[in-house]
Amino acid sequence: MNIDRETVLKLYETMVTIRDFETRVKEEFARGRIPGFVHLYAGEEAVATGVCASLREGDTITSTHRGHGHCIAKGCDVNGMMAEIFGKATGLCKGKGGSMHIADVSKGMLGANGIVGGGPPLACGAALSARLQGTNTVCVCFFGDGAAEQGTFHESLNLAAIWKLPVVFVAENNGFAESTPVSYHCAIENIADRAAGYGIPGASVDGMDVLAVYEAAQEAINRARKGLGPSLLECKTYRYNGHFEGDQQLYKTDELQQRMIEHDAIKNLRETAIQQGLATAQDFDAIDARVQQKIEDAVAFADRSPYPELSEVDTDVYAVAVS
Amino acid sequence: MAVQMKTKTVTFAEAINEAIRLEMRRNPRVILMGEDVAGGATLEHLEDDEAWGGVFGVTKGLVQEFGRERIRDTPISESAYIGAAVGAAATGMVPIAELMFCSFIGSCMDSLLNQSSKIRYMFGGKASIPMVVRTIIGGGFRAAAQHAQTLYPIFAHIPGLKVVAASNPADAKGLLTAALRDGNPVIFCEHIALYQVKGEMPEGEYVVPIGKAAITREGKDITLVGVSMTARHALAAAEELAKDGIDAEVVDLRTVSPLDETTILNSVAKTGRLVVADESNPMCGLATYIAGIVASKGFSSLHAPVGLVTPPHSPVPFSPVLEDAYLPSPEKIVAAARAVSGK
Repeated sequence: MNIDRETVLKLYETMVTIRDFETRVKEEFARGRIPGFVHLYAGEEAVATGVCASLREGDTITSTHRGHGHCIAKGCDVNGMMAEIFGKATGLCKGKGGSMHIADVSKGMLGANGIVGGGPPLACGAALSARLQGTNTVCVCFFGDGAAEQGTFHESLNLAAIWKLPVVFVAENNGFAESTPVSYHCAIENIADRAAGYGIPGASVDGMDVLAVYEAAQEAINRARKGLGPSLLECKTYRYNGHFEGDQQLYKTDELQQRMIEHDAIKNLRETAIQQGLATAQDFDAIDARVQQKIEDAVAFADRSPYPELSEVDTDVYAVAVS
Repeated sequence: MAVQMKTKTVTFAEAINEAIRLEMRRNPRVILMGEDVAGGATLEHLEDDEAWGGVFGVTKGLVQEFGRERIRDTPISESAYIGAAVGAAATGMVPIAELMFCSFIGSCMDSLLNQSSKIRYMFGGKASIPMVVRTIIGGGFRAAAQHAQTLYPIFAHIPGLKVVAASNPADAKGLLTAALRDGNPVIFCEHIALYQVKGEMPEGEYVVPIGKAAITREGKDITLVGVSMTARHALAAAEELAKDGIDAEVVDLRTVSPLDETTILNSVAKTGRLVVADESNPMCGLATYIAGIVASKGFSSLHAPVGLVTPPHSPVPFSPVLEDAYLPSPEKIVAAARAVSGK
């Protein structure tokens, strides 16, 4: 595909931001500074990055328990994200959501979701909202291969199809639902083939090739924006870490891990772009340095931020009445 | 000074229909979704007055006025469309999703348990979910175990949801209007045996505040608390008790969550005796919760143990004789009130 220098550098910077963010979260978690459960997105950066690169202001996304990458790709503030994950009052959700519920509705990020399969119905609703309000916006629904076995996924594909809703369903097939291989939990090889059952387009792409994801997602997003209805895009990817931090990952082989790391999305984009003369090593090094500082600053921000006041424990349960 | 409102006689179902109609005219963001709520989608011969308007005709006629974009028939996919209502509410709409019978909650519990009720809190107060789930509760139609439950305690147990259950057409209109302006997910429970009950309903703009019980009969000897159908049973019981010289005060809760504890406690402080009538099952149910509130906050007012009129801890039976034995009734409330009064 034809791709320009500006797009390459933007895709690279987003992916590196996600990678560095997750690497740092892993370290801080190991040091005991992050409470609760964290599910890291490292390895899957090309999916969120390649998809969200074609979204505009006003477009929305729904996410998963593995949501940090989606947040970053949709433009959420990394300081607010890191503070949220640390449970601090300055977090995007005032420390009340944490890693699994991180959200910024003002950015169209409708929330990470602790419930596998929680997102697809919400995405249908956001897309219906867009249609009825005439905003010409679309909603992207990220979900994992595990969620593809939930009833909500199937019901939502059907609903979006019969109502021709502007949704793009993006299956992040990382090979495992927790520890269960997709070859066991899914009766067919390609999740995208399920699109046929709902009369919508489906495609499988290499989810570790950001340009392939970008191209396929752009087509699906454009189709949704034109009012032609939903699509199902499967991105075959791989998570470098466990299902959660602390997972021993006994279900993975060293050979698989090594093979996937050699196929790393960030490394590949960098090498391809340099080979094609779209950017130089110095361009990428400059981004690396800038992102490193940004993540350093985010941790410092989270560190020095206060914990929530105890009086916050039962506030924000209900909205005050509106008319 | 009380304002005299012009009223008309309507059924409970017609009152709900009017509340939806007026609010949809007022607020273009209100939409209605559910199975057959318009009726006859894509069937040309059903496009006009013949459209079904829900299995009990409660929403009949709305599709003719508002069209199929705003009155949407859905597939039988409660997970998808009630979840979609949450997503639409988070992004600026005010959806009404009809969950035909509350027993069907099993098919879409996550959208109420983990999504609509929790989003505002999880997001640190930076999102609102203004939506209403209309759903049928209650027995009496021989609909048996999977179509006749009264499950508002399950909804009330979930922080972030509000739960409303009207007992008459005026309250149905006023409370549903309030629910549509509340800015929170509200479960609006409609008792199946009330749909054809008639009553006076104010015309035009009419709002009954959520969270405020009504004293529907004043009395000094005993407090009878009910909600939805049991609020009507309590009134009938009070008339019967008056013949025995027992002057009962009746509290119609109108809202299950947030519960108007103040009105209950003030009434018990006055009467010293309490019977709670509730159609939900007794384990961790509404009646036992109210008894607990009064025991912990109004114990010194009580002259006798709290009387509870609930179904047994069993599913709703089918056979008419069994269902009648199962359900609360005015007679059971009278018996409980006599026992509590020592008469």
